[in-house]
Amino acid sequence: MALKDFEYGDTIHRCFRCGYCKFPVNWTDVNNCPPYARFRMETYSCGGRLWLARAWLNEQIDWTEHLAEILYSCTTCRNCEIKCPLRFNVDIVNMVVAARSEMVEAGRLPPAVKKFLENIELYGNPYGTGRSSRSAWAEGTATEQYNGHEYLFYVGCAGSYDARARQSAKALAQILQKAGISFGVLGSEENCDGNEVHKLGEKGLFEVLAQDNIARFKKLGVKNIITLSPHAFNAFKNHYPAYGGDFSIFHYTHLLCNLLRTGRIRFSDGIHAKVAYHDPCFLGRWNNEYETPREILRAIPGADLVEMEKNREGALCCGGGGGNFQIDLLGGSENSPARRRVREAHETGATILAVACPKCLIMFEDAVKAEGIEEKLSVLDISEIVAKGCGAEGST
Amino acid sequence: MDPIYQSLAAIVDTEHVSNRPEELYIYSFDLGTAEPHQPDYVVSPVTTEQIQEIVRLANRENIPVVPLGGGMSLAGLAVPLKGGILLDLKRMDRIIEVNEKARYAVLECGVSQGQLTSYLERHYPHLTHSEPGAPPAATIVGNVVIHGQGDLAQPYGFNSDMVNGLEVVLPTGEACRFGSCALGARWFTNHPLPDVGLFLGWCGATGIITKLSIRLLPAKRIRGVGRFVVDDEELVPEIMYKLTHTQMAEDIIAFSSAIPPFASMLQHFTVNIAADSEKELEMKQEIIWDDTLGEYIKKGDGAYLGFTRNLERPQISKTSDYKKGGGFEYVGSIMPIEKYPECYRKGREISERYNIPYTVTGRCIGAAHSMMFAWTYAFNRADPETINGARSALHETDRLVLELGGVIWKPGAYGQKLVLERLDPNTRELMKKIKGILDPKGIMNPGNWEIP
Repeated sequence: MALKDFEYGDTIHRCFRCGYCKFPVNWTDVNNCPPYARFRMETYSCGGRLWLARAWLNEQIDWTEHLAEILYSCTTCRNCEIKCPLRFNVDIVNMVVAARSEMVEAGRLPPAVKKFLENIELYGNPYGTGRSSRSAWAEGTATEQYNGHEYLFYVGCAGSYDARARQSAKALAQILQKAGISFGVLGSEENCDGNEVHKLGEKGLFEVLAQDNIARFKKLGVKNIITLSPHAFNAFKNHYPAYGGDFSIFHYTHLLCNLLRTGRIRFSDGIHAKVAYHDPCFLGRWNNEYETPREILRAIPGADLVEMEKNREGALCCGGGGGNFQIDLLGGSENSPARRRVREAHETGATILAVACPKCLIMFEDAVKAEGIEEKLSVLDISEIVAKGCGAEGST
Repeated sequence: MDPIYQSLAAIVDTEHVSNRPEELYIYSFDLGTAEPHQPDYVVSPVTTEQIQEIVRLANRENIPVVPLGGGMSLAGLAVPLKGGILLDLKRMDRIIEVNEKARYAVLECGVSQGQLTSYLERHYPHLTHSEPGAPPAATIVGNVVIHGQGDLAQPYGFNSDMVNGLEVVLPTGEACRFGSCALGARWFTNHPLPDVGLFLGWCGATGIITKLSIRLLPAKRIRGVGRFVVDDEELVPEIMYKLTHTQMAEDIIAFSSAIPPFASMLQHFTVNIAADSEKELEMKQEIIWDDTLGEYIKKGDGAYLGFTRNLERPQISKTSDYKKGGGFEYVGSIMPIEKYPECYRKGREISERYNIPYTVTGRCIGAAHSMMFAWTYAFNRADPETINGARSALHETDRLVLELGGVIWKPGAYGQKLVLERLDPNTRELMKKIKGILDPKGIMNPGNWEIP
């Protein structure tokens, strides 16, 4: 692959490496690019990554596993795009993804990335767990297999397989049931949404997943989809239409907010705690949704919503995007983005860190333990908070 | 395993030391036109003690050491011209102290401009620092070490004039303090001890500044920028002189550029004004626009273009995206203000010769004591011909600065050579002696301010 044939060959040299991309919106520090925050070497900054990708495509440097890890350490959080003052900023993440695609084409991937993709191909999830256990999260609930219901509840890989994320999936199902929402799930027929596959540059596999999912949804007559994960929300909303997947997509917070507004769910119990909300990248920066989750949290009796200094467009990514919740190129240090972020939440005096994404939930749950603050800061998905508050928890 | 690498990893840790091709590649570049030179190692220390150990190791092994701050000089000052250990200092980013009443901040060497701006806005909104036009990732120390100037240059001068104290790791590994902090006192003044101004302007060739006390300045509640334009460059020096006489401006910049075409060949002024009340603002505006510049408007020589509240951080890196090229570099100079017309005209000539749309800027320093005049040349990073063209234009401009009787600001290797050729022989000899005493093995940022 020569630079001249690269999809962004006429753009990638335009990065000046001025470093705006390292900052949050208020210039607090240079740690808002997750890989740069973790390693603090220029190679891991957004500009460093683009310059290295260009040098590799231009045959100025050879492929190495270290080079690939630098490229794959990007969580595709889009902080760089928000901060970059130059006109090509909308394509920064696209350039990283396109360079990853070139590595895919060249068959040169970090082992963890290769395994991630291999598991999705084989099992429909990145964990390498059989499809039959995909519906295990729903045990003890009366969740129905989708059969013409008003909504398809798309649980996603994390909500289906990760022990912690399963709790949020279950909580959401219980709320929907309590509110009398007509919904069903795909159970073992559910397949990966492919958002991470897309961001890892495996466009061929993404196409297969998208086409397979769209065909299944259409065959079942699905019109409306509720997603647990903002990542799936992003894939369905922004990528699937290109393959004919025109469904009405709702992140679950959209639906919960509407249920609260219309009185279909009411809080019987408050939480009486300071709550800090973390904006997930694929709900916030990717889909410009910042206020709906906050509206839900504000409606909870006794909840004192506090803001971390880096919030909304300036939020620090949990470090789990771009497959890193599983590939884990950013873990293993007090400088890991998730550990930085839970410290930021803890500094607000909050005792609950609320999230609206199963990947963030997984990342922060581990981070509070690593920081030794799990007794002081509980990481809860909004679905779990609402389920408890409206008495849906435990109801089936 | 490379024993130097092992020693460096033992001093810092393995995650912040690298001799891998990717780090060596990235750290070989400046953002401007300087030719890349690879370091042998990249190290990112986090304490003064680590830097001391690294420098002692470098002395023992006779390895060059090149300190790097934000890397925004654009003049190749932190390109490891002779290889060695590249010290990325940005992890040393603690704001150690803000003394509100004595108006100073003590910082580690990796604190960025953006970080200090944000910190002061949040915790001390009535204090500010003189913020340069560089991107926010530029470091405070990096700017001071090159004698930078900022948006309070008119009343307060160079940022390097605002130093209240330094901690420096010498090329032989000792850590020294200068100013009141050297007496164990607070970091409130750099005077009146004997002058040992050995570290500013040297590009790290005499030591590594690890801590800095910088003066903070009053931040008025309302800050904004007024714009004025004239069509005759000959008027610029007298306007700057008159504006400084009012003592009402925080920053006075004159500039002209070929793009956009309608503004080409006109001389634009931005005048920053600050006030604590509407009454004060109105009074200052009246004195500046009516009493001082009104005569130019009446005669038809100039026009007032309006006043915008709030200062936006200048996004100078946008210059790099001219023609979607990804690069620019400028020659800065410290010049008498009276030279503005000539600087402008000659700059246009050079730009036209190299087919680069001209951009020139003059920032007033002090009460019109001098100005920083800069000629900017954009290039396309993907087109070696335009890089070579910009480099030639920059070299020609370096020569122009000296011909016009100015001083090149933060000269790169080429400019330093020109300066040293013309420097008073006794001054040269003294610089050589100082460098020889401080850095007997010549390990500190070699290739910079080297006197044969």
